[in-house]
Amino acid sequence: MDKFTEHTGTAVPLRRSNVDTDQIIPAVYLKRITRTGFEDGLFNAWRTNEPDFVLNRPVYDGATILVAGPDFGTGSSREHAVWALHDYGFKVVISPRFADIFRGNSLKAGLLTVELAEKIVQRLWDDIEQDPTTQVTVDLVERQVRWSGEVHDFDLDDYSRWRLMEGLDDIGLTLRHTDAVAAYEQDRKPWLPTSTASVG
Amino acid sequence: MRFNRFSRFNIKGGMTMGKTLAEKLWDSHVVRSAAGEPDLLYIDMHLVHEVTSPQAFEGLRLAGRPVHRPDLTLATEDHNTPTDYTLPLVGTSSIKDEVSRTQIEALRANCEEFGVTIYPMGDAEQGIVHVIGPQLGITQPGMTIVCGDSHTSTHGAFGALAFGIGTSQVEHVLATQTLPMDRPKTMAVTVNGPLSPGVTPKDVILAVIAKTGTGGGQGYMVEYRGSTFEAMTMEGRMTVCNMSIEWGARAGMIAPDQTTFDYVKGRDHAPRGAEWDAAVEYWTSLRTDDDAEFDAEITLDAADITPFVTWGTNPGQGAPLADIVPFPSAIDDASERAAAEKALEYMGLTAGTPLREIEVQTVFVGSCTNGRIEDLRAAADVIKGHKVADGVRMLVVPGSVRVRKQAEEEGLDKVFIEAGADWRQAGCSMCLGMNPDQLAPGERSASTSNRNFEGRQGKGGRTHLVSPLVAAATAITGHLASPADL
Repeated sequence: MDKFTEHTGTAVPLRRSNVDTDQIIPAVYLKRITRTGFEDGLFNAWRTNEPDFVLNRPVYDGATILVAGPDFGTGSSREHAVWALHDYGFKVVISPRFADIFRGNSLKAGLLTVELAEKIVQRLWDDIEQDPTTQVTVDLVERQVRWSGEVHDFDLDDYSRWRLMEGLDDIGLTLRHTDAVAAYEQDRKPWLPTSTASVG
Repeated sequence: MRFNRFSRFNIKGGMTMGKTLAEKLWDSHVVRSAAGEPDLLYIDMHLVHEVTSPQAFEGLRLAGRPVHRPDLTLATEDHNTPTDYTLPLVGTSSIKDEVSRTQIEALRANCEEFGVTIYPMGDAEQGIVHVIGPQLGITQPGMTIVCGDSHTSTHGAFGALAFGIGTSQVEHVLATQTLPMDRPKTMAVTVNGPLSPGVTPKDVILAVIAKTGTGGGQGYMVEYRGSTFEAMTMEGRMTVCNMSIEWGARAGMIAPDQTTFDYVKGRDHAPRGAEWDAAVEYWTSLRTDDDAEFDAEITLDAADITPFVTWGTNPGQGAPLADIVPFPSAIDDASERAAAEKALEYMGLTAGTPLREIEVQTVFVGSCTNGRIEDLRAAADVIKGHKVADGVRMLVVPGSVRVRKQAEEEGLDKVFIEAGADWRQAGCSMCLGMNPDQLAPGERSASTSNRNFEGRQGKGGRTHLVSPLVAAATAITGHLASPADL
């Protein structure tokens, strides 16, 4: 996982709320067994059916920050949604509110989710639509989003921030605590089921 | 929605406050806790299917890591499996779609390589992952259960802490049998009173979601409480908990009681003898203490709940069947209004149309929400002696091979077939259309599944979420209907 400290790039205004993971990447793309190459599935229905869809507009080519409406990433827990956004080239998604599972998946995969108030997102949409070359900076060190003189703080817990900044993998962190896991396993209830053999 | 917010003090006036069920389940699984870090939770059972696991196994392989507890891991094939009764379910040759076949073959190879038990297509124990756990007795009160599938909350019906996880978390659980997580807040959804005839657990949860919106449960572990849930069977409770994620809740649960114990007792993996007694004693303690406080509470009156259907493209866009397609202009919130306008356009619906006048071409009975034996019995009861309307196809897809066999023993298959319905093999099927069971563009369905998202059941398909009773009545009339309309 790459370390994330600060990112500056152009942004795409996705003026839609409740963008569920079926829209981010349709189920048909879930059939792959690899971890990369999901960019072609990103918002596939909208990119195919709506010529004016933002990602079909050349002015937003090369953008690395997606700015969406509230409740982004609802629905299915598919992590492919994060991979598709990442593979397409997005480093940050900004929204007034994220679905829990999507947000968790994103932060673990190094795609930064930033929550800003709806009225600030509105201003950002207006500004990037007016000038698609607007440079937006997402500063994880200061927990700030900055563009065209606007400066807005965002919340992110210290632990997630530290992991993103260090580019640390979750499993490696947990494997430092194998003693605690072994101790817990000693005390589990004796009747708890296993998948290997039925009781009777 | 009204939330009664309480500040989170565990100590009040020098007395230790009681705990909610969710807090008890959480606390009993904390392996390690450190300030500023997520808790490390132990996972008692990890369910695995072919869609969200290949990249997790790939990650283990790349890092040279084994599966830490293959004995606490159980795999099955459900999302991609064909349900056509005429196909042989041996090997993978019946799967026409190459990527579907590849995923299933990858799961089989991964399970063999890492020593994980698998119930493959054709096996007597195969089925939707959330149907087979409970029926095997592998789902028990007091457990933590995860799966790379957002409907894992189903298992919360047993008083377990069960939730969906992403593929990198699947890899984490495979490697360590633990998961680092921040503890969500707690919410109580209380519904009291008997349900009116024709009103099912599906209608209750659709009404809850319509009240809260798809984000209303965001950040919460929800406990469903009150006499309405206590009176439900385990199947009904599973339907309710199953759809917790559809209003954003991290998990949904119901305290275990005699109904729960009776359901678990005697199943293949249930405790026996003295261990059963010890287990029941412990399970009985898994209730929210009287002096515990929830972070938020919602209350509904069962008497207000009638058969419920969705009209839009998220599960919160629902209304009583007796209502009309809503006028977006009457919605105050701007983004909800825009979402409703967009939904009506996609659904091809005109505001003001009575919901009962909406004609469908397909009826789907099945899924982890409503694919259990009780659901099939309810639908069969309605359709018995009737015919599926001209121009309507009805698919009945049991949630597991066991459910299918039991239904066939009871003659339910014949009831459906005589009515003109299509009786099929077990799997996820048209709930999400990863196998060939899909809607055509513009085709409209009444579906007992859990999601009415754009394209969920096939590109351009239009989905109305309904109960098994409404599904069966709709199949007979050709338009959204309840058994009372027949």
